[in-house]
Amino acid sequence: MQDFAYIAANTVSEAVTLLDEKGQSARILAGGTDLIVQVREARRDVDWMIDIKSIPEVNVLDYNADTGLTLGAAVECYKVYAVDEICDAYPGLVDATKIIGGTAIQGRAAVGGNLCNASPAADCIPPLIVLNASCVIAGPNGERELPVEQFCTGPGQTAFENGEMLVSLKIPVPANNSSSFYLRFIPRNEMDIAVVGAGASVTLDNAKQTIVSARIALGAVAPTPLFAEEASALLAGREVSDAAIDEAAQAAQSIARPISDMRGTAEQRTHLVGVLTRRALNGAIQRVRDAA
Amino acid sequence: MARKSHVQTTINGETVEFLCESRQSLLEVLRDELHLTGAKEGCNNGNCGACSVILDGRLVNSCLVLGVETEGKSVETIEGLAEPDKLHPIQDAFLENAALQCGICTPGFIMSAKALLDQNPNPTEHEIRYWLAGNLCRCTGYDKIVRAVLDAAAAK
Repeated sequence: MQDFAYIAANTVSEAVTLLDEKGQSARILAGGTDLIVQVREARRDVDWMIDIKSIPEVNVLDYNADTGLTLGAAVECYKVYAVDEICDAYPGLVDATKIIGGTAIQGRAAVGGNLCNASPAADCIPPLIVLNASCVIAGPNGERELPVEQFCTGPGQTAFENGEMLVSLKIPVPANNSSSFYLRFIPRNEMDIAVVGAGASVTLDNAKQTIVSARIALGAVAPTPLFAEEASALLAGREVSDAAIDEAAQAAQSIARPISDMRGTAEQRTHLVGVLTRRALNGAIQRVRDAA
Repeated sequence: MARKSHVQTTINGETVEFLCESRQSLLEVLRDELHLTGAKEGCNNGNCGACSVILDGRLVNSCLVLGVETEGKSVETIEGLAEPDKLHPIQDAFLENAALQCGICTPGFIMSAKALLDQNPNPTEHEIRYWLAGNLCRCTGYDKIVRAVLDAAAAK
């Protein structure tokens, strides 16, 4: 592995100052399950690795029924699904944290890291999008917030300006009668990278028969995870029915622009978008109806 | 020669100090600096689980942890399991069930199983299979390993 300097930052401002000073040669280290492999395999040139795990703000995991979830950038996957309130409020995010890697990966890998690595196939990103999550980003000019669907700009590319880092993710309190769901297609049972991933969140009326609003997001079918805005919008006000869900699935398929690679062909991926969008929507609807 | 950092950590209950370069993984530190060669290098990218150790109570791939990150932390490796005159129950169960052939994956499987049983003393077969999904075995097959973990849980 190439030589690099390791610095454990104790505050956000210390990390930001270093990032700003070192520019592209510096990289934030959280769980390291992507970064260490990328550096070892010479896919990323890093002279400065800035470990943020000693910074209090990036370790916050706080759910509050009034303000929602604050998920620090370095909080590991296993901590997310260990909190009952989070499992109840954000089941779509929990679906993703449970299928990223195996046990040992989930012990280190952070949801924030999965986002910042900006893989088009990242499992956490579609559920974050459908849950209306926003990124709290710190930089030389202070803090700003950005919706997750605007964060990834290309494979491995993000909206970070020089010197910026992710501090936390904020997810609003889910509406009454709402739930979320994420699933992916992989040829194995476990431990694989999504051929296609789909996340959905739905809010139903009190009778649980009509869709008040929905959000759909797709992974691994474009250079970035996609928010399927039109597909989501056309479900608003519709009665829950196979026809409405099929329409949304077709609209989601229409924005997919997948590549063919060793994991699947573009044709298969486009087909899977339809199948997985239907299953994600039906899964989220079922969760609303199953809730007391 | 890259600059080395001084790191103090606890390994299998004993305070250990070592010097390492930032780029050395915990796996390299264990094997090359501390001569604890139980954890194995398989894929070196987090897929195979042969290097599994327990870091502050949590199962990790030691190839995906930097040695310098373990300052002030506690590491458990396969070398800390047996007592001087007695194997750990999980080790006994692996022997009794013939849950190993070449043995390269075994320390990782045993540490992974220990991490599971530490937090869930009575796992179902389903839970064991999911928990061990990050540990690969290319010769024995998984049934004997899963049975060994079930037996170890029952023996406790």
